[in-house]
Amino acid sequence: MAKSVIIKIKRQADPKASSHWEEFELPYKPGMNVISCLMDIAADPVTRDGKKTTPITYDSNCLEEVCGSCAMLINGRARMACSALVDQLEQPIKLEPFSKFPVVRDLATDRSVIFENLKAVKAWVPIDGTYDLGSGPRMTAEEQEAAYPLSRCISCCCCMEVCPQFNQDTGFVGAATISQVRLFNTHPTGAALKRERLAALMGDGGIQECGYAQNCVEICPKDIPLTKSISEVGGAVMKQAIGDLFRK
Amino acid sequence: MASNPKIIVIGGGLAGLSAVIKIAEMGGEVDLFSIVPVKRSHSVCAQGGINAAKNLKGEGDSTWKHFDDSIYGGDFLANQPPVKAMCDAAPGIIDLLDRMGVPFNRTPEGLLDFRRFGGTLYNRTAFAGATTGQQLLYALDEQVRRYEAEGKVKKFEHWEFLSAVLDGNRVCRGICAMDLRSMEVRTFPADAIIICTGGIGAIFGKSTNSVVCTGSAQSALYQQGCYYANGEFIQVHPTSIPGEDKLRLMSESARGEGGRVWVPKAPGDKRDPKSIPQSERWYFLEEWYPKYGNLVPRDVATRAIFKVVYEHNLGIDGKPMVYLDLTHIDRKILDRKLEGILEIYEKFVGDDPRDTPMKIFPGMHYTMGGLWVDFNQATNIPGIYSAGECEYQYHGANRLGANSLVSCIFGGFVAGPAAVQYACNVAAAPSNGHFDAQRKHEEENNGMLMRSLGDENPFKLWRELGELMTKNCTVIRYNKPLQETDGKLVELLERFRRINLSDRSQWANTTVVFARQLYNMLQLSRVIAQGAAMRDESRGAHYKPDFPDRDDKNWLKTTKAYFAPDADEPKFEFEPVDISLIPPRARKY
Ligand SMILES: Cc1cc2nc3c(=O)[nH]c(=O)nc-3n(C[C@H](O)[C@H](O)[C@H](O)COP(=O)(O)OP(=O)(O)OC[C@H]3O[C@@H](n4cnc5c(N)ncnc54)[C@H](O)[C@@H]3O)c2cc1C
Ligand code: SF4
Ligand code: SF4
Ligand code: FES
Repeated sequence: MAKSVIIKIKRQADPKASSHWEEFELPYKPGMNVISCLMDIAADPVTRDGKKTTPITYDSNCLEEVCGSCAMLINGRARMACSALVDQLEQPIKLEPFSKFPVVRDLATDRSVIFENLKAVKAWVPIDGTYDLGSGPRMTAEEQEAAYPLSRCISCCCCMEVCPQFNQDTGFVGAATISQVRLFNTHPTGAALKRERLAALMGDGGIQECGYAQNCVEICPKDIPLTKSISEVGGAVMKQAIGDLFRK
Repeated sequence: MASNPKIIVIGGGLAGLSAVIKIAEMGGEVDLFSIVPVKRSHSVCAQGGINAAKNLKGEGDSTWKHFDDSIYGGDFLANQPPVKAMCDAAPGIIDLLDRMGVPFNRTPEGLLDFRRFGGTLYNRTAFAGATTGQQLLYALDEQVRRYEAEGKVKKFEHWEFLSAVLDGNRVCRGICAMDLRSMEVRTFPADAIIICTGGIGAIFGKSTNSVVCTGSAQSALYQQGCYYANGEFIQVHPTSIPGEDKLRLMSESARGEGGRVWVPKAPGDKRDPKSIPQSERWYFLEEWYPKYGNLVPRDVATRAIFKVVYEHNLGIDGKPMVYLDLTHIDRKILDRKLEGILEIYEKFVGDDPRDTPMKIFPGMHYTMGGLWVDFNQATNIPGIYSAGECEYQYHGANRLGANSLVSCIFGGFVAGPAAVQYACNVAAAPSNGHFDAQRKHEEENNGMLMRSLGDENPFKLWRELGELMTKNCTVIRYNKPLQETDGKLVELLERFRRINLSDRSQWANTTVVFARQLYNMLQLSRVIAQGAAMRDESRGAHYKPDFPDRDDKNWLKTTKAYFAPDADEPKFEFEPVDISLIPPRARKY
């Protein structure tokens, strides 16, 4: 018998609907990944028991693990679907939407909170303008090598999905945003907003919520040194908080 | 006109974000529309780098040489003044990106580092690790977020542009767009709009492009009366990694380090490649091009691979693939020199290229053609501007590596201020009735798709389209198959009318969205196929064995397609190329 791939997908018609599982059986092809399976289902949306259904809604764009769109739970693990190869997954492959973000439909979730968080911590370099002002600040190769890995964060939100402290009650900003604060605070021009960024991480939902469980750093698909960022930024927040206390 | 011009920018890749920043800086108000959150735009995929003649390596490089390389590389089809302006502006763009915090690689002295790319003798390409596009896009995204926080930019992410709203004088007054979650169709007024919607890879089924690069917006505008220029010029990269879902780029450096390209001599040979003896392998590049071997130029390598697969029918396992073999090279050398790119192969294919020959095939990569624009990035419809890969201005018949990112940013920097200027002077619309009419028209389109009870699945039609276009409209072109392609496209359009959507729900329905895009892809495909059939010469990426030479006498001209609604097909005009700065010369590398 020809080889096949069994996939179980948790489906939900809209944000308010209840969820249910559907199972699919697809002809196996070498080199399949989870996204190509979802494309195959779209071309022939029939469940394993022969019931007609709708194509699966999911987010994707680059298919190279660099745009951050396709995050979901695959066999229970938060990861990017485009780099999840069928050959390396246990079957039946179980696909679920992220559990800590509102479901839009099926596997697509609303992760816009990360962009709001980046706004709150002013994750940008405050340049004067786009007119010609000559070259940027000089930076050593070492400084570049420290900044580059932090700047590769694809805003996928995997680190937030697996964080025990990240939920509606705490309002915790999450590891990715904290790491971006480190990135911009160490940039020579970006440092101008350092105090404001650290202030934004104080109090409820701020960096104090982190319990150092380290789930984030283990799951990050881009191997971003998140715990290092958290401890560095945590130290700076603490120092500033104490300083503020004495200035009062 | 109000004191604050209102501009709509569609697309948040490098081009769109560049335009937004300029407009916000000039005090304009921007609504920014994008299918995906702008930070997830296709521009993040660019790996190699961005060109600018900064001459930081004491090589005597200059912006004129960059300009000359670009014109020569594009086989003299680009209008020269805007390309010169881009090359002149490029060093300043790099400085600006540097100030925005892009972590460009550095020299020991702490200055920007540059490397060499195809089509030039100079180290002219700035880069940030192996993800330059991602880093540039993030820098611009951060500046736009800053303006968003200040209330100057409003983002509409997960919204798709459907069409422009044109008044009775055919002046653009706004857009019609669809919320991809609620499926609501709505119109938005603006004094001017800028189209920055990127590439068209999906027309070729699988390509190196991202999923949303369908060219649907460009096609919709073409169908509304915009000219589409040089559509027949499609760049194919010789070595991409075929995947079930897409083609991923495999860098040329694999061949630079000694990689050998071969296929089994026996058709359909199913043996493990390593067990196939040397005498039963065909190293066709080494045989056909003994001097350059595996390192022949890109277009030559691409054509050779096509020939072996489609004319000799010797693709691996009968499929369009050949081997790129590194297994004869010492592991330590591979790890030291090629680790980054070998990891990509490992991650997405699951095989270790140090142990197993890689399977590669040329992949559709880039469109030189796009919406026709003037030197101010204005299309022929008043109020519609365009920048980025979706327009045709900067790359002639062939784009040089690392020239796209700079053309996107430069184009955005021109389009933004030009649109503001236009907006400050435009007279008010004669009436507002066109908004309702356009919205009803698009709602009716959606309704028709939802109601249609035929037997055609849009995803299957799309696969057929991709195979057809890849086979006949990419690397090697013959007139007969090109004409047949157009006939098949007409058939596909017929079949499209019998579509049957497997999803008719009114919430986040990706099937109806895709069906709309597919229709636009089919219409634009005809522009590509017919344009290619017409151009009886070989120039840049456009190669016809029956017309192997460049023909400046008859074909040194821009192809301009426009849509004839009554005939429901493209018509063509031609326009002379501005060659006022560099006289055309033969292109021989
Ligand atoms: C794998 C790869 C590697 C590359 N490497 C390089 C390189 O090293 N150097 C180089 O110079 N070039 C490179 N290129 C080319 C370059 O990346 C692209 O040409 C460039 O990024 C295009 O940018 P853009 O702003 O025009 O469009 P994109 O970045 O594609 O953005 C398009 C935007 O439009 C939006 N959009 C599209 N349609 C609609 C619609 N209907 N409604 C609303 N929004 C819409 C999308 O959501 C997106 O925000 C590479 C290309 C590929 C595929
Ligand atoms: S260390 Fe733990 S608690 Fe802190 S951000 Fe990471 S996962 Fe969350
Ligand atoms: S830090 Fe890592 S896991 Fe978190 S959003 Fe960024 S890339 Fe994703
Ligand atoms: S689709 Fe971009 S990360 Fe998976």
